[in-house]
Amino acid sequence: MKSKFQVDKNGYYGQFGGAFIPELLYPNVKELEDNYLKIMESEEFQKEFKYLLKDYVGRPTPLYLAKRLSEKYGAHIYLKREDLNHTGAHKVNNTIGQILIAKHLGKKRIIAETGAGQHGVATATVCALMNLECVVFMGEVDIKRQAPNVARMKMLGAKVVPAISGSKTLKDATNEAIRDWIGNPEDTYYLIGSVVGPHPYPDMVARLQSVISKEIRAQLLEQTGQEKPDSVIACVGGGSNAAGAFYHFLDDEDVELIAVEAAGLGVYSGESAATSVLGEVGVLHGSKTILMQDEYGQVIEPYSLSAGLDYPGIGPLHAFLNESKRAVFMNATDQEALDAAYELTRIEGIIPALESAHALAVLPKLDFKKNQVVVVNLSGRGDKDLETYIKNLK
Amino acid sequence: MNSLKELFKNKDKNLCSVFFTAGFPQLNDTVSIIKSLEVNGIDFIEVGLPYSDPLADGPTIQHSSEVALNNGINLDIIFDQLIAVKDEVKTPLVLMGYLNQVLKYGEERFCEQCVACGIETVILPDLPMLEYENHYKKLFAKYGISNVFLITPQTSEERIRKIDALTETFIYVVASASITGAKGEISQDQITYFERIKAMNLKSALIVGFGISNKTTFDTVCKYVNGAIIGSAFIKFLESNGVEKIDEFTDGILK
Repeated sequence: MKSKFQVDKNGYYGQFGGAFIPELLYPNVKELEDNYLKIMESEEFQKEFKYLLKDYVGRPTPLYLAKRLSEKYGAHIYLKREDLNHTGAHKVNNTIGQILIAKHLGKKRIIAETGAGQHGVATATVCALMNLECVVFMGEVDIKRQAPNVARMKMLGAKVVPAISGSKTLKDATNEAIRDWIGNPEDTYYLIGSVVGPHPYPDMVARLQSVISKEIRAQLLEQTGQEKPDSVIACVGGGSNAAGAFYHFLDDEDVELIAVEAAGLGVYSGESAATSVLGEVGVLHGSKTILMQDEYGQVIEPYSLSAGLDYPGIGPLHAFLNESKRAVFMNATDQEALDAAYELTRIEGIIPALESAHALAVLPKLDFKKNQVVVVNLSGRGDKDLETYIKNLK
Repeated sequence: MNSLKELFKNKDKNLCSVFFTAGFPQLNDTVSIIKSLEVNGIDFIEVGLPYSDPLADGPTIQHSSEVALNNGINLDIIFDQLIAVKDEVKTPLVLMGYLNQVLKYGEERFCEQCVACGIETVILPDLPMLEYENHYKKLFAKYGISNVFLITPQTSEERIRKIDALTETFIYVVASASITGAKGEISQDQITYFERIKAMNLKSALIVGFGISNKTTFDTVCKYVNGAIIGSAFIKFLESNGVEKIDEFTDGILK
């Protein structure tokens, strides 16, 4: 029987998903929809994808039992070390996969959106690797606050185009990328960075990121004799790392899935990105999901100190996991995330990305039973956030 | 009968439509813009519903939407403005917005308001054909609202025929696979495309939009199709000249 957590033939998870795209994009999206599974299931793709993940990205990433963290919270806490991937986050799992798909489709030019710059860097990296033209759209505001990543992308040969419309952040960068795609329908491939966008993107990106949970199962089995943890915790902006960390546990309903959103200055402070609490059903960037909007459906710009989590929606899979209560949605404020980052740094010697620190920040809020096995997806490393960390260090 | 259908029955050449963004340049310009366009011989008018994330619009319309939203425009105000001119204005009005606005406003409530304003035609560029067939076709039919689909040079013949079958009024022929306002002239490729669509002998009227910016481009496309929509060029004109001189703009196209 097909899992209810997989997309149906029209690209829906329950009522969420679909492909709400202007007719101008229909041929592009249809081409991808008709081909992505065929390509991904081909032996050639599988071979190249696995090879690059292993020898270029450095997979499998370790599953590390964080002893001191475990002692502190009274559970067996494992960290899935996505921060150790090439380019410093889980994002590269997806860009490696999609660049191979783009090549199979014969595309010559790659476009991408980026918020914090992690997906932009991961895209620029694979474009350098494959010798493809790369254009990254990034909000003007984000370009200013993420200067090192902008420099990295340029060094990798990408053109970084500022998005100057709207709030000049991730959602506007996404709009600009979509507009570019409309204007360049033949040779261009849009390499989306999260489990968002029109079908088949959410499903395709989730499948590419699912290597995370596949490895977790194998590594847990090896280390503990059990392949299922009691809980998996991951942060959610658009939700790609969470989708990857949850994927192979979706049908194991005894595994608790915890998605952590950014609450900014507080869920109800007006400066928050906790979409599952503040959002309502709507259409954003080509899919039906829950999103933060005003009473007239105008999209509200979210806030989080973390540039990777301030997205006004969540992927349709997550909207469905939330609605069906398959996943528990929690949130963490800027301060809670900062505290969790400092704590992990001091007791485990790992500086996490601010996004990943949101996942760690719910540990103090959970009641663990004795010997509970918890996996926290440490989606990225904190180098890019050093300035923020130093500024807020008391 | 749908007023646009009526119009197309009486006139099938050189149909001139103008798009403007409600609430731009000033919050309450909607009424005077509509009246002025009617007086100056525009055949039908598209009223743009400003949206925060207008995916299918170029920089000019994006900017006008942003200004309008900052002016405080919203769907309730727009419907009030349209109700106010309902009895005076005979020119068919078409609403153009994004699906999320309709969803959040409430699909039924949106349709009821359209009926109250005499709106019989809507364009929602991010409403795909599949969703239309599965849900909106029935809903719109209940309120006598016709939906307009877009086609591009990349749209297959099979899909165009399907769209034609679902269309009651006109097909919005996107002049090039680009965002609005990006092009300045009509290319040979575009002419070939218009001829190809025309040769399909569709039942729907063909109205070209995107990139129609002046008399030359308007006259050129009207040789091949039933008419054209001018959007970005009009928004730019309004921004520089305000609503009082609209006759200069329309004369520039029609005379």
